[in-house]
Amino acid sequence: MNPERTNQSNSTKKENYLGQDVYVPANNWLIAGSLVAALILNFIPLQDDFLMLRPDFIALAIAYWSVNHPQKMGMGIAFGLGLMMDVGNAGILGQYALAYCVVVYLTLVFGRRLRLFNALQQAPQIGFTFFIMQSIIVLIALSNGASPPDWSYFLASATGALLWAPASFVLMRLQKQKPDPDAL
Amino acid sequence: METVPPFFRHGPGPFARLFVFALLSCILIAEDTRFKYFPHLRQSIGVIIFPLQRIAYFPADIVDSIEKFIASFYLLEENEKLRQLYLESREQLLTLHALGSENNHLRNLLGAVRQIETQTKTKAVLADILYTPRDPFNHKITLNKGSRHHIELGQAVIDDKGIVGQITQLYPWSSEVTLITDKDHLVPVQVLRNGIRSIVTGTGKNNELALRFLSLNTDVQRDDLLVTSGIGGVYPPGIPVAIVQRIEQDSGDDFALIIGTPVAGADRNKQVLVLSLIPTEPTDSSETPVIESGKN
Repeated sequence: MNPERTNQSNSTKKENYLGQDVYVPANNWLIAGSLVAALILNFIPLQDDFLMLRPDFIALAIAYWSVNHPQKMGMGIAFGLGLMMDVGNAGILGQYALAYCVVVYLTLVFGRRLRLFNALQQAPQIGFTFFIMQSIIVLIALSNGASPPDWSYFLASATGALLWAPASFVLMRLQKQKPDPDAL
Repeated sequence: METVPPFFRHGPGPFARLFVFALLSCILIAEDTRFKYFPHLRQSIGVIIFPLQRIAYFPADIVDSIEKFIASFYLLEENEKLRQLYLESREQLLTLHALGSENNHLRNLLGAVRQIETQTKTKAVLADILYTPRDPFNHKITLNKGSRHHIELGQAVIDDKGIVGQITQLYPWSSEVTLITDKDHLVPVQVLRNGIRSIVTGTGKNNELALRFLSLNTDVQRDDLLVTSGIGGVYPPGIPVAIVQRIEQDSGDDFALIIGTPVAGADRNKQVLVLSLIPTEPTDSSETPVIESGKN
């Protein structure tokens, strides 16, 4: 596998003269895989309460890559994913696309500050980003004549914030999987 | 790529990029809600995401098969129950046939023309609900049958209790149903009790339908059942739509606001029935108005 090998050589090169906590470029396949997985998770058919509590996994993945690897996560990708989400969600085309772009924008602007904190401290701030994202989605729907949803709609931001720390832990582990056997 | 320090490869700033994409989104939103120049854009994206939706449906498939396995223990009981139900409904159907022929006979005696024969169920296709959107303001569901399964735009979708909605978007392997609770969705109905015809609209809320523009003294009561009238040719006649829940008679207003709850619910069941409706042309068009007045 070509991408794995590049990752391996990259990491070994880095580890020769730099510490562990250095910027390791993320594997493109890992990013793509996580985004596809997020899409699938978002498309799982759920009912009532579970549906209300389900965080937006795509927003979570986008936010993670945009905070930790801003060079890899472009607004174009977010826009494309948003379009897919719009069609899958049977909503207005462009609704989620705009919302995800705003997530990328916010995480790009505040990313450097966010990286100073650990994942647990980042969670509330990410939750607030999700809240802004959901507000944009609601605003677009309202401007198109929908009736406002009740407050439980915004619970997904909270669950997204709760999931931020575990998700970033898992994604971090997935990135560091390769260097470990080399180090031993 | 990594040889150049990422520091120097900037491109346009975040805000400029956001501006471009926001503009693009706004154009798309306007296009999608108002102009609809590119109907195929949505379809092609739909084709791309279909495999993902299919994979996402996999856990539900597993749950289904487990449920089926458990249900298989109660198969005999269920069979018995269904047989009884079948006999009961069979009896009702026979009565219906008798009533129908009697009705025709009486109409003939009165010299009225026969009712327009709207052929209702030429074919009913069973479809699974593939996806219910998260957003409460999207009153739509996605079904797992599409144009490849001979589903067509405008077909009525019902469940075991009543009307669910209408097919409004087709993909090759899936389709979108606009629920009757959607704000822009209208269903021609009549009150079962006295045959008053009206149009039911969605209110945009999840469990509410509204009868608008009926005058204050209209004879509609609480718990009246509204059934489709069959006018408009989208929905077959006589299928339950809603039950009247409350009537707001504001004396300052000319019209009563009548709120009902839909009978069917997309959130209650996993399967729905897609009806293909082929309205047959009335044999003599000059007689059509007589039918309208001759009814009731």
